[in-house]
Amino acid sequence: MQHDTLALARLIRGHALRMVHAANASHIGSCLSMADLLAVLYGRVLRVDPQHPAWPDRDRFILSKGHAAAILYAVLAEAGFFPQEWLATYAQDGSLLLGHASHHAAGVELSTGSLGHGLPVSCGMALAGKRENRPYRVFVLLSDGELDEGSNWEAILFAPQHRLDNLIAIVDYNKIQSFGSVKEVLDLEPLADKWRAFRWVVREIDGHDHDQIAAVLAEIPFEPGRPNVVIAHTVKGKGVSFMEGQLAWHYRSPNPAQLAQALAELVLSEVEGLEASG
Amino acid sequence: MRTAFSEALLELAEHDPRIWLICGDLGFSVLERFAERFPARFVNVGVAEQNMTGLAAGLALCGKVVFTYSIANFPVTRCLEQIRNDVCYHNLNVKIVAVGGGFAYGSAGYSHHAVELFALMRSLPNMVVLAPGDPVEARLATQAAAAWSGPCFLQLGKAGEPIVHREPPPFEIGAAITLRDGSDVTLIGTGGALALTAKAADELAQGGRSVQVLSMPTLQPLDRAAIVRAAERTGRIVTVEEHGLGGLGSAVAETLAGWGRPVRFTPLRLTQTAVYRAAGQDALRAEQGISIGGIIEAASRD
Repeated sequence: MQHDTLALARLIRGHALRMVHAANASHIGSCLSMADLLAVLYGRVLRVDPQHPAWPDRDRFILSKGHAAAILYAVLAEAGFFPQEWLATYAQDGSLLLGHASHHAAGVELSTGSLGHGLPVSCGMALAGKRENRPYRVFVLLSDGELDEGSNWEAILFAPQHRLDNLIAIVDYNKIQSFGSVKEVLDLEPLADKWRAFRWVVREIDGHDHDQIAAVLAEIPFEPGRPNVVIAHTVKGKGVSFMEGQLAWHYRSPNPAQLAQALAELVLSEVEGLEASG
Repeated sequence: MRTAFSEALLELAEHDPRIWLICGDLGFSVLERFAERFPARFVNVGVAEQNMTGLAAGLALCGKVVFTYSIANFPVTRCLEQIRNDVCYHNLNVKIVAVGGGFAYGSAGYSHHAVELFALMRSLPNMVVLAPGDPVEARLATQAAAAWSGPCFLQLGKAGEPIVHREPPPFEIGAAITLRDGSDVTLIGTGGALALTAKAADELAQGGRSVQVLSMPTLQPLDRAAIVRAAERTGRIVTVEEHGLGGLGSAVAETLAGWGRPVRFTPLRLTQTAVYRAAGQDALRAEQGISIGGIIEAASRD
């Protein structure tokens, strides 16, 4: 799939806004900060086949920050894993699109929602691939706040020991966690040095610059025999002016006027995708 | 039992290339042969049970049948959420092996007393809970776990447990095993308490009682039909386990309450008092009534 990733990012931002609005759900800020990463991954990088979601040699993508499920479902629907009409059911009664990432939706490799689970599971997938010389790669998207979880650091120790160069951790470093800024709650800095000290190869990028995202992911493995981490500097709520950098949008759901304004800023209509002018 | 387990697993792995074994830096003198024979399917993850269990889930998602191995509570309570969310919710082929059930590590202290695991594991979706009662059952349970599609919890003893079964009995997940038939009283034993239960039954029989003995190596799914048949036949049930609230006694009580007819029922189980004085397994059991004398007394009560 070779998409116009900028258009795809706008589309999935719009889907996520509508979904979160309709469900009166939280975490839109967390969705928007990783929209560009998802758009480049699903638009240009991941070797997946929506017609064969269980293809054994597919690349795996694990969303460890499962609270940002809305935009994952959005990109999966855009990629063709399930009908786009499903998106309107997000977190509604009877829907398979649960509020947090659910493997009952095609294309979702792992149900998540409790933080600190994605990286250990990704290590298992990468180890199976490595030991059996399979070509697939395992991408895992982590939030900054979830790096507080000790289970991640068990896995971060493990991956270089087993030379998992087919494992790519991406940190959505939007600097805001659930109840405060990362700096105030539990400062991760120096974050790149921590990963380096654990023997990962680190790249830092602007997580909203599609060229940088595509370029860095084209370099995998950064060094043979060593696991890869991309620290993506991002802005929570990116793309909607009044949500950017605001902790409140970890929780709030846009009201109709806010939804309209947000979609207007993205040059998207309320029901469709891209407007003719966009 | 751990030797019976490791030998059975080694044989299974010869024929099933999906079988992996991963441990949390424990298994000295038990797992070496597997590690040497199948290095590409063995991992010592280090002292990191959350990663061990998440790793197992990731391997299972790639088609492997993964045994995780550590002692007592470590592969279970330390990583309970990984078992719940990653393994059970996804219904994965991960087999959690805990050696040293009950007070097998008696004098090691409360950290090593595996006396709550049946309750925790029995409450999880898709989980099969196995507690073999002797090395013969341990071998059969290992084979059954490997053949079962989905999560299993396998609680073993440590070493040197007495043999209860002279011949391998028919073994099926979810089925009780009848050790002895009788009409006065039914003793149901599980895990490390099975040998005591069998011995107590021998003494009761020598004293003229007609004793039925069931081994219950599967706590989930539970053989409810066998429990109801026993209640109908003898009208008096004693359960014996080296475990506290929520284990065999609770499961049998749930079954009998659902059956809804009067039956005399005595669950012999551990209290919820954490042990804080060093003692061996037999002494710690006996302090809490899990002994031949305790079983005979419970079976003889009016």
